[in-house]
Amino acid sequence: MSANTTTNTNTNPAYEKVLAARDASRLTAIDYIKNMFGDSFFELHGDRRFADDKAIIGGLGMLYETPVTVIGIEKGRNTKERMERNFGQAHPEGYRKALRLMKQAEKFRRPVLCLVDTSGAYPGIGAEERGQGQAIAENLMEMMTLKTPVLTILIGEGGSGGALALAVADEVWMLENSVYSVISPEGCASILWKDSAKAPDAAAALKLTAQDLFGFGVIERIIRQPKADDLAMFESLKLLVLRTFEKNLALTDEELLERRYARFRKIGCQKA
Amino acid sequence: MDFFAFVKPKNELENSAEKQQNVPFVPEEMWIKCPKCNTLLLTTDMEENLRVCTHCDHHFRMNARQRIALLADKHSFRESDKDLTSRNLLDFPGYDEKLEKAKKKANESVRCGECTIEGIRSVLCVMDADFMMGSMGTVTGEKITRAFEYATEQSLPIVVCTVSGGARMQEGILSLMQMAKTSGAVKRHSDAGLLYITVLTDPTTGGVTASFAMEGDIILAEPNALVAFAGPRVIEQTMRQKLPKDFQTAEFVLQKGFIDAVVKRDMLKPTIARLLKLHGYGEG
Repeated sequence: MSANTTTNTNTNPAYEKVLAARDASRLTAIDYIKNMFGDSFFELHGDRRFADDKAIIGGLGMLYETPVTVIGIEKGRNTKERMERNFGQAHPEGYRKALRLMKQAEKFRRPVLCLVDTSGAYPGIGAEERGQGQAIAENLMEMMTLKTPVLTILIGEGGSGGALALAVADEVWMLENSVYSVISPEGCASILWKDSAKAPDAAAALKLTAQDLFGFGVIERIIRQPKADDLAMFESLKLLVLRTFEKNLALTDEELLERRYARFRKIGCQKA
Repeated sequence: MDFFAFVKPKNELENSAEKQQNVPFVPEEMWIKCPKCNTLLLTTDMEENLRVCTHCDHHFRMNARQRIALLADKHSFRESDKDLTSRNLLDFPGYDEKLEKAKKKANESVRCGECTIEGIRSVLCVMDADFMMGSMGTVTGEKITRAFEYATEQSLPIVVCTVSGGARMQEGILSLMQMAKTSGAVKRHSDAGLLYITVLTDPTTGGVTASFAMEGDIILAEPNALVAFAGPRVIEQTMRQKLPKDFQTAEFVLQKGFIDAVVKRDMLKPTIARLLKLHGYGEG
């Protein structure tokens, strides 16, 4: 490992993936919602406690004949939108809105689709005052026993706890050019090597690409990245999502939750 | 640690004939300066006072061994999964060396076992800042998950003392997944109608705050402990503004409504025992 010699002018395949995952021209959650649910999408707002966090977009939509709840982290597609969406960094009220919609989905046994694209939960004074840690923790706990199928797709960046708060699911899929990590490569490099310019080294060390995660058994599927007008690709994605929901809707609650628990239980499990 | 920097260098003492006559030689380890009130404390006094400053009540950190001695009845702690040990799963550069160093200071980032607390059977997990700042790796997550599963199986209450810099980045995504894994085990214990008490100690941050630390039925914290998701330095960097005084202290999160009580160390064991009794747990 050339941690002491490499600078950010150098790059590597892992860091290329990081840059691709952050590419501003990528499709965001809204694009996926439009392409998958079209006019059937009805947006639902607010956490019923504090505010409506625009970094998280959620609502109802029809996947063919099946009503689903869809929740996405939205980064925004231009400067104005990005400001409005807080660059896809959610506050506690965003995670609480997501949980409210998931609980609602459970009530109607509607499957939940989560679309994750965030550099992380927002690190700010208000977020801390309103319990960012508590909000994420509650989602992790409640999602584990949510009695309806949950599927999460990482469509760009999966930044730490802020991404995981929407990813305690029956299956987690990643786009081929997406990353999912415990910390940003920049953050990791500045803590470990006091130099955020060594982010490419950190990216390689963290093993954060979809391909790495598939290898660890942390995700179930890698999917090809659709383009804006790629109707055929979205059609096949819709079918894939529907088939997965149908498979899981056929399970009893006990089977569904047992499988979800086992999915996470096995990760990092050492035999004594 | 820089606690001893204030003590005069030995040679300075030796050079002063007068001082040599009047002042008995005192090994540096015997003294410790309170970082809060700057009072010089006899280490033995401080230790006897449960590692709390005798002058201003500042709570010094405790390692896992000290905290188990504080909370568990004498000789009652039976440790489980002692053989689980962190490995460099991702082949992360420099991690082997860090682990080697950490393992000299502490067995692991968390110690779990069964004990009695004022005679009441309970599972106890204590994180240890001496092991890579209590960061949560796969072994941490596995041990805590097993402790919750055992408590659920045995219908026992569980007490978890947290101290953590967050998820351990050297184990990458596998560390992050421990947040979900432990939360699942907490939920099962909770759904079984069993009591979970969290004790937040300085510092409790990141992925531990955003998982089992904040999932207790009752959440206690030690005075002035840092309790945060994003640490103060991260926030200062993003916000480019000074943080309010006492931001993210135990008292601050109490006022914001996220914990139940701030409890001084000498009251910690009686408080936990009282809460256990209030939930119908008794001796034997």
